[in-house]
Amino acid sequence: MANQLQQLLGRFLPEPFDWLALTVLQILVLIVCVILCVAYLTLAERKVIGFMQSRIGPNRVGPGGLLQPFADVIKLMLKEVIVPNRSNNFLFVVAPLLAIVPALATWAVIPLFPGFVIADINAGLLYVLALTSLGVYGVLLAGWATNSKYALLGAMRSAAQIVAYEIAMGFALVGVLMASGSLNLGDIIEAQSGGVSNWFAIWLFPLFIVYFISGVAETNRAPFDVAEGESEIVAGFHVEYSGITFAIFFLAEYANIILIAALTSVMFCGGWESPFAGWEFLQGTVFAVIANPSLAWFAVKIAFFLFCFLWFRATFPRYRYDQIMRLGWKIFIPVTIVWIVVECGMLLLKVGPWSVVS
Amino acid sequence: MAEQIVFYAFSGLLIIAALGVVVSRNPINAVMSLVLCFVTSAAIWLLLEAEFLAMILVLVYVGAVMVLFVFVVMMQDIESATLSARFAPNLLPGLIVGAVSLAELLVVVWVRREGLPIAAVPEPHPADYSNTLELGKILYTQYVYAFELAAFLLLLAIVAAIVLTMRERPGLKKQNISQQVSVRKEDRVRLVKMEPESDA
Repeated sequence: MANQLQQLLGRFLPEPFDWLALTVLQILVLIVCVILCVAYLTLAERKVIGFMQSRIGPNRVGPGGLLQPFADVIKLMLKEVIVPNRSNNFLFVVAPLLAIVPALATWAVIPLFPGFVIADINAGLLYVLALTSLGVYGVLLAGWATNSKYALLGAMRSAAQIVAYEIAMGFALVGVLMASGSLNLGDIIEAQSGGVSNWFAIWLFPLFIVYFISGVAETNRAPFDVAEGESEIVAGFHVEYSGITFAIFFLAEYANIILIAALTSVMFCGGWESPFAGWEFLQGTVFAVIANPSLAWFAVKIAFFLFCFLWFRATFPRYRYDQIMRLGWKIFIPVTIVWIVVECGMLLLKVGPWSVVS
Repeated sequence: MAEQIVFYAFSGLLIIAALGVVVSRNPINAVMSLVLCFVTSAAIWLLLEAEFLAMILVLVYVGAVMVLFVFVVMMQDIESATLSARFAPNLLPGLIVGAVSLAELLVVVWVRREGLPIAAVPEPHPADYSNTLELGKILYTQYVYAFELAAFLLLLAIVAAIVLTMRERPGLKKQNISQQVSVRKEDRVRLVKMEPESDA
């Protein structure tokens, strides 16, 4: 599809520009999709948590509340942006942008369906790690530029938490790249082809759990949301943000959640691979289509992890700050190190599906 | 052509950001300029096909080291820090370091001009060439002892830093997490059976 489009564009544009136009087009489509997903994730969150708490959730705007996200966005866009008097104006406005840019830019290397990825780079995994580590600046600078004690406390908590959990996350990904033998996300998915029994989630189960929980902590979601901690520090780092600047922080948080869900399914659950890929008896029947790799499988996996995010928020009480630090440094990091050693043994003894690859 | 445009754009940005680090009076602005420096130099490294080093530069320096810098600077009282920032006392050492760096750069330019073999421009690699793979191969075969030694030194530094900062103060209140987790309701709650009372 991309090739045909490029040929079409090639009729109107000279040599390097048709490729540029195609890439920009792909980026725009992807970003619009991500933002729409964010919009409906907020609705899903309110609905799911509503049902878990025996409420209905938003149901007034549009059929069954389906237009609620748009009402929220329009409301936030029309509201006044208030910049506190003694804040650092420039950083105050730049901070939300620093939060949203890495959340969207990481999507460049994520393979969405077989043969489609905007930037097919060899060091894709490193690119993901580098960009997600940039996200902390938005929170830090927002907290500092606001010139408010609540905001500063929120930023401090958030920074310590993100630095702590990034290490566990990185170690979990070391396990993934040892098993797949590649830093390219497409190759990591290929290494897990052949059905659910080849997924890294099975063979690297402790790393999978550590990665996903660290992802929840990294996005400052409940039960790790001490950076916002409504009951202690009002709203944490975005306490003084209003209108569209607040909306951008909101967008960044939810875009990051979708990103973590997508990355978890790429790294551990085979991305666009079908869980029934190895089932021979499906071939030739009407069910053959569910054994094929497709965007639908990727979407289903992302949706499942997103549901987990909402589920955690509805069911777990918030962690205390020292408990968060203990979990990150004293439990997750040793668990990942132990499992990497176990994985080394598996590689040497040629146990597991990846032994065939390398 | 396109490569040169990108190179000069990023180099210009790098120089401006580096000036920002030195000139800026506000410590946070200086730190953020330094962050910009690292990101732009990572982009220049990408042009040199060193994608592994570029990513690691962003990951380690921007993602971890500079976060700690911001962390420390944020704790300072900015007003007093801004006033006390002066150039004069650091002028002489700064000039010396600058002069030495400039001389080193000039040596590189001179070597290039003379056309010595160590400065030959390497052939560009094909698109499927993995810089990370090549680096890994050479680090774990040819330079394995040096590499392991460096890793060991870093580990030593980590352990030393932790040991130096771990001081037992008298009167410090500590939590025993396993005790907290294994608490049972019998230890904390006492149910008292009371007969109903009435005045009548």
